[in-house]
Amino acid sequence: MKCKKCGAPAVINMRQHRLALCGEHFLEWVPEQMQRAIEHYHMFTPEEKVLVAVSGGKDSLSLWDILLRQGYATEGIYINLGIPDGDYSNLSQQKVEQFAAQHNAAFRVVNVKAEYGQSIPEVARRKRGRSVCGTCGLIKRHVMNQIACEGGFAALATGHNLDDEVSFLFQNTLHWATGYLARQAPVLPASRAGLSRKVKPLVRLYEREMAAYALVRGIDYIYEECPHAKGATTLVNKELFDRLELSSPGAKQQFYLGFLQARNEGRLLSPEASAVELHACEQCGQPTTAPGLCAFCRLWTEGNPRSDREHGGTPNGAQ
Amino acid sequence: MKLIYRDKEWELKGNTTVRDALKKVGLSPEAVLAVRDGKLLTDDVLLRPEDTVKLIAVVSGGR
Repeated sequence: MKCKKCGAPAVINMRQHRLALCGEHFLEWVPEQMQRAIEHYHMFTPEEKVLVAVSGGKDSLSLWDILLRQGYATEGIYINLGIPDGDYSNLSQQKVEQFAAQHNAAFRVVNVKAEYGQSIPEVARRKRGRSVCGTCGLIKRHVMNQIACEGGFAALATGHNLDDEVSFLFQNTLHWATGYLARQAPVLPASRAGLSRKVKPLVRLYEREMAAYALVRGIDYIYEECPHAKGATTLVNKELFDRLELSSPGAKQQFYLGFLQARNEGRLLSPEASAVELHACEQCGQPTTAPGLCAFCRLWTEGNPRSDREHGGTPNGAQ
Repeated sequence: MKLIYRDKEWELKGNTTVRDALKKVGLSPEAVLAVRDGKLLTDDVLLRPEDTVKLIAVVSGGR
């Protein structure tokens, strides 16, 4: 197969775009697609400072790589979750540190155990009935939002790709979670004090395209899956959609982009679907639907060994 | 010709395309990228008996 632009041997064939490209042109094409998404969805301008959530995985490191090459003002944030199996957290932190050193890129690390007293698996064990993955998501979102707001960043960027969005959309549709369907978007505006703007610059890119970008660019990322990801719903959904995409190239992007269009044209949900009452958490001030304390603060103030030792005082870093 | 995917290895007869080799080992072309000598291959490439091809999972745990 030949590159559509120059006729050199292609390294990737993207049937969803009817496009095959060589390494050189593919490395140009991916950033162009990301830039188009940034502009089309008004994610951020070149003058704005962006906080980039990096995990050491292919998507977030590729996102950071492209943003740096395009000259955006970025700072990375890595959250060490304290997952010991396969030394997962330490290895993924190393990948981030390596990447940052190679690119002379600024970043900060938040170590959950050091900041709050327990690692993600330890919290999940203490809070019987909470899944590790649910706990992880809650903690990461709180920490990233807090740092984006306090650090004066215009936006928080995550490496969610099209396959991720398709998986969430499918899951939200299976459960008819109209609240989530109303809010799933490439950009979540900073709609009130305490909420940062959240953007997904890779939202139009297939996971396969991002994996190929990381490979061709030579980005060293953590290849192993999170030890807690086995049998995760997202992975099951992705397999289903891979099958669909194989027989119907472009199915993933049609599903997601078609949804955005139908929703934004008012053809899908009632206005009430997105209505939600928020108020500031009594302890940390971040917006929450819960009365009193937000779910994050409740994690640390109920039965936490550190807060018990401090007689119910605020855990280090919780505010 | 050798195919390697995570901790699995297969020996196949050479002179088959990447696409057909993936079919033989039951992997989806949407789910893996084929690499030979450090270079990404499209699925029409003909593999030779002496090739070792690494299959990289598209979905990997990090974000």
